[in-house]
Amino acid sequence: MSTSAPPPTDVLATERPPAVRRLLGRPEIGALIAAVAVFLVFSAVADSFLRTSSFGTVLYAASTIGIMAVPVSLLMIGGEFDLSAGVLVTTAALTSSMVSYQLTAVTWVGVLVSLLVVLAVSAFNGWMLSRTRLPSFIVTLGTFLMLTGANLGVTKLVTGTVTTRPISDMEGFASCRWLFASEITVGGLTVKATVWWWLGLLLVGSWVLLRTGFGNWIFAVGGDAAAARAVGVPVARTKTVLYLGVGFCAWVLGQHLLFSFDTVQSGEGVGNELIYIVAAVIGGCLITGGYGSVAGSALGALIFGMTSKGIVYAEWNPDWFKFFLGAMLLLAALLNAWVRRRVERGTSR
Amino acid sequence: MTRFPLRPFCAALVLTVALAGCSSTGGRRAEQARNRAATAGGAVDTPRWRVAMVTHAGAGDAFWDIVRKGAEQAAAKDNITLLYSNDAQTQNQVQLVQAAIDQRVDGLLVTLAKGDALGPVLAKAEAAGIPVISINSGQEFSARFGALTHIGQDETVAGQAAGAALDTRGRRSVLCVIHEQGNVGQEQRCDGARSKFGGRFQTLYVDGVNMPDAKAAISAKLQADPALDTVLTLSAPVAATGLQAIQDARRPVELDTFDLGTQVVAGLQAGTVGFAVDQQPYLQGYEGVDLLWLYRYNLDVLGGGKPVLTGPQVLTKDDAAALAQYVARGTR
Repeated sequence: MSTSAPPPTDVLATERPPAVRRLLGRPEIGALIAAVAVFLVFSAVADSFLRTSSFGTVLYAASTIGIMAVPVSLLMIGGEFDLSAGVLVTTAALTSSMVSYQLTAVTWVGVLVSLLVVLAVSAFNGWMLSRTRLPSFIVTLGTFLMLTGANLGVTKLVTGTVTTRPISDMEGFASCRWLFASEITVGGLTVKATVWWWLGLLLVGSWVLLRTGFGNWIFAVGGDAAAARAVGVPVARTKTVLYLGVGFCAWVLGQHLLFSFDTVQSGEGVGNELIYIVAAVIGGCLITGGYGSVAGSALGALIFGMTSKGIVYAEWNPDWFKFFLGAMLLLAALLNAWVRRRVERGTSR
Repeated sequence: MTRFPLRPFCAALVLTVALAGCSSTGGRRAEQARNRAATAGGAVDTPRWRVAMVTHAGAGDAFWDIVRKGAEQAAAKDNITLLYSNDAQTQNQVQLVQAAIDQRVDGLLVTLAKGDALGPVLAKAEAAGIPVISINSGQEFSARFGALTHIGQDETVAGQAAGAALDTRGRRSVLCVIHEQGNVGQEQRCDGARSKFGGRFQTLYVDGVNMPDAKAAISAKLQADPALDTVLTLSAPVAATGLQAIQDARRPVELDTFDLGTQVVAGLQAGTVGFAVDQQPYLQGYEGVDLLWLYRYNLDVLGGGKPVLTGPQVLTKDDAAALAQYVARGTR
């Protein structure tokens, strides 16, 4: 896959039928090519990669990234970052667990309080962004550090240790587990609840972006906030809603972690925010905003899942995993940029 | 766009290597010779079994590298393919265990630092008929999750050994340095030491991933409390940092530590380190693989339902000379 000189017979030349050009002009195309390539590589080198049970494991790994990649890609199309997304997931799980345990309440109480807390944090991110005009990179870097400290500090204060107490013997745990962490096995393929959540969020996110007025606002505020404001788009409100979306998905994933593992370690989640951004960028989102896709983020998450587990199935040394991921990010981003340039010939910047 | 000066760079590199003289001591050649001497051994006649080892180690951790080396050594001896993977995050470690089950491995070594979270996936391993041995951490969960044996160190027992050693050495005022706030094992080490020690005993929390900061914190404490005569650290990297802090304090303070490292052994030889309490990480990896092999070959289970302890082993100046070569080799 060379990115140097374009081939003499250009696949994107104007004499192609318009349908093909439209397909090749999609933001997801780079991610799609990369995903197929990764799948073929691991299918060739690892026998156990193609087993149905392995497929379930890969899907699960992808879904735990994909659930967050949906709102993060929407936020990036809207031109902003959220560096607190990784630890926010842990905050959601910790809050839910500790509220239920300390109040000796039905676990649903913790689940709902957790949603309110996480949405409050997201609203704070959006509010800080619109009131201070600081870049979101700085604002969410601040909340990221504060949450990391609060996760540890509050947990230690409340439970006396860094891990929450088990809540699996409490009322409501079974129904919460069914909703957030159950699994269905069909002919050897185990599908976890996160996969259904992921699919649902994907459909909703994609529909909002491509089929609603709010979706147009997202593109507008990400492309040029000043111009959007001039034509009457509520920029601050749009961005705050996008942050709330990140909060909601962090809550979903946090509840999944709690109800599948029963206890939560307070120090976790650090670094995952970058993985979500990687999935969104591989999926075709621009770091500058105004361009990208939700479906692409799913392909990015799938590539992450296939690579992280494929290395295990292929019996390669896992020390190299991050190296592969980084190379994949650069290749996919280059491919995306190249395709976009070929399609927008004449309108290139 | 400036181009990377590739040609001059390569020319300079080739020239440097060509002009450099050969060292007759140390370096890679000496290491290769040592390794050849260490791995001379026979193999068994059992089939090529596959054992997966899934730990909660972070990337590039010196301690876990030694555990892995032990496992690799035993695997080479037992004609086993070792599939090593690690992730510090609970959900990822659980996924890696699941991936090992998908691969239908013949045995599984797993660390249980995350306790309850690994219960369900280990139940799946049991259902798939994969023998499991837990290593290093989580001995209280081991039997409950259906593991054959647990191989590791009881942190409270190790702490008590350190406390007794401090007493024997006639120490009066000890500072126990915890470098991962809220790590239960580290709290147990300090509490165990406190319970067997007669003098004054304080704990100090430092940030183990920020060494300059940790050094400053230990230095400040040494300045603030002139009665302190001993610093007790809980890992080899923090021990090296503690030694630097003591050097700055310019008064006779003894450093004692858990775990071994190059600087710790050098300190034992030089007399700046009093003793080191080792849990023998190499042994945890080696025995883990070897006991799985024994189970598959002969249905042997070690420990009689109790954890098999790899520590504490209290090492002093007397052991330092013999230890040095093994530490340099990266197996102690």
